[in-house]
Amino acid sequence: MLDLIVKKNEALNNQYSLLVLTSPDKLPEMLPGQFAEVRVDNSPSTFLRRPISINYVDYEANELWLLVQIVGEGTRKMCELKVGEVVNLLFPLGNSFTLPESKDAKLLLVGGGVGIAPLLFWGSYLKERGYKCNFLLGGRSKDNLLQLCEFEQFGDVYTTTEDGTHGEKGFVTQHSLLQGSNFDYVYTCGPTPMMKAVAAYAAKTEAICEVSLENTMACGFGTCLCCVTDTIKGHVCVCTEGPVFNITKLKWQI
Amino acid sequence: MANLDIKIGKLQLKNPVMTASGTFGYGTEYSDFMDISRIGGIIVKGTTLRDRQGNQYPRMAETPSGMLNAVGLQNKGVDYFINHIYPTLKDIDTNILVNLSGSTIEDYVEAAERLNELEKIPGIELNISCPNVKEGGMAFGTSCLSAAQVVREVRRVYKNDMMVKLSPNVTDISEIALAVEAEGADSVSLINTLLGMAINAETRKPYLSTITGGLSGPAVKPVALRMVWQVANAVKIPVVGMGGIMNTADAIEFILAGASAIQIGTANFIDPTITGKVIDGIDDYLNRHGYSSINDIIGAMEV
Ligand SMILES: Cc1cc2nc3c(=O)[nH]c(=O)nc-3n(C[C@H](O)[C@H](O)[C@H](O)COP(=O)(O)OP(=O)(O)OC[C@H]3O[C@@H](n4cnc5c(N)ncnc54)[C@H](O)[C@@H]3O)c2cc1C
Ligand SMILES: Cc1cc2nc3c(=O)[nH]c(=O)nc-3n(C[C@H](O)[C@H](O)[C@H](O)COP(=O)(O)O)c2cc1C
Ligand code: FES
Repeated sequence: MLDLIVKKNEALNNQYSLLVLTSPDKLPEMLPGQFAEVRVDNSPSTFLRRPISINYVDYEANELWLLVQIVGEGTRKMCELKVGEVVNLLFPLGNSFTLPESKDAKLLLVGGGVGIAPLLFWGSYLKERGYKCNFLLGGRSKDNLLQLCEFEQFGDVYTTTEDGTHGEKGFVTQHSLLQGSNFDYVYTCGPTPMMKAVAAYAAKTEAICEVSLENTMACGFGTCLCCVTDTIKGHVCVCTEGPVFNITKLKWQI
Repeated sequence: MANLDIKIGKLQLKNPVMTASGTFGYGTEYSDFMDISRIGGIIVKGTTLRDRQGNQYPRMAETPSGMLNAVGLQNKGVDYFINHIYPTLKDIDTNILVNLSGSTIEDYVEAAERLNELEKIPGIELNISCPNVKEGGMAFGTSCLSAAQVVREVRRVYKNDMMVKLSPNVTDISEIALAVEAEGADSVSLINTLLGMAINAETRKPYLSTITGGLSGPAVKPVALRMVWQVANAVKIPVVGMGGIMNTADAIEFILAGASAIQIGTANFIDPTITGKVIDGIDDYLNRHGYSSINDIIGAMEV
């Protein structure tokens, strides 16, 4: 549990903010896929902490980035934090994405909406280790496509929007990238229907597929048993055994 | 340093702060955050005779100053506890109690018999108040007759400390407390969660897979405090109070209302170090008010 200081809080548009946090002490080591439980102070309606993915870590600048979409009071308060204010975080929590076996593996990282958040950190981590990433990012419209410049630093970026305002029109799974080529590994985070469609594509093309789940949580560290998902081993906690799961472990109908 | 030692039934606690079942895992999950042996007592998660998968997701909804849960006693059963969990807990220097639930009296008795064999488990918290299971659970705790019956049968086989956890979902909680006291409960703990529900207005769907669930957190505190006061006035055995305790002042309120010890539940999710803070806070309170022992303020509300 650490008090971090807001270094920057940049509204990316009226729905999303990038919250950059820092600390006088060195930030702990974090892994892509992990998340933080953020305490939201001074809000009578926000009692529990809010789980937010680790979007990016800049160890040199001692920065932790969180990409926040406003969906309710808690996320709204986070987006209103001022530079210099203190935020209490429990982190890093959860497991992480699995590194592919070979550096030549063809990798596809598919994100939808705010689900792109953990993929930026994962992409940077992969690039640092000599892997080559393809990012496929989708949103309802171009306003929901975020951090494209950041993603471009770590690999090739493809986009889809439902209204055709950016990239190809349609859903991520309809993108032409998926028609010709096959991938060895597919990593995805976003709305459940999107992840299910991506998982179905991965299953069909025999790619190894990991999904990052966003179940509602009360604690974030394995004690309340509220965040379970159904797996071949029965109910397991998304906060400790996930949020990243290999789809072969989940009881998804795909 | 004031004296925080307190006796609850057959238990000797080093301080009156315990953790509430279902909110503290098996304790070890919190070792990363604090020295859990500082805590007066740790009540591990709800345990049943046999393995239970619990209810379907979603199991949780936040509500104003509280939360609803519908976990449904997910656990791997008493034998798994004995063989795999107990060895990891037995050397922790605090009182570890098992919260025991069942869907039939036979289940309670059989599991209690097995727990009775564990040298380093000084007691059980008999849960006759879980609102999240179809059979048993709360059904036992909502009538004097069935509450008395399950306590009587378990008492026959269980020799160590037996704390009985009461349900607030009743008309008169002191009647139930008196009934379990008469059957040999060493203490009573209260309150378990209050039955509640929440609906997503946009989708018209309930937030919980079970529709109803158990409410906990600060939202229930005034109700819990009133019930602790009523029960403490009715019974002679010690009362362990809980329900929405978030800080030292909340804990003191329960003790002033008549609780000899308190349990912290939902607050652990928000601050995993809260128990240590409340222990220090109670000590500070006693010093500030010139009391030498925690015993001096039990039931000391001035009317
Ligand atoms: C592991 C994990 C990682 C996450 N990463 C991010 C992230 O990087 N950025 C981000 O913006 N959000 C992320 N989320 C989702 C975020 O936690 C919720 O949006 C947030 O808790 C909502 O809080 P609120 O107070 O703003 O809204 P509330 O008032 O609590 O809820 C508003 C609406 O959002 C819905 N909602 C609440 N929680 C969730 C959830 N977990 N999943 C889906 N819908 C929800 C509610 O049902 C309600 O309809 C993540 C969730 C998890 C579990
Ligand atoms: C997620 C969750 C799980 C719980 N599981 C149990 C349980 O297994 N057995 C039990 O007796 N009480 C259980 N409870 C009830 C708590 O032990 C406690 O009685 C209640 O939450 C009120 O205290 P609080 O407001 O401090 O949380 C649970 C509560 C929560 C929030
Ligand atoms: S959120 Fe509490 S166990 Fe996962």
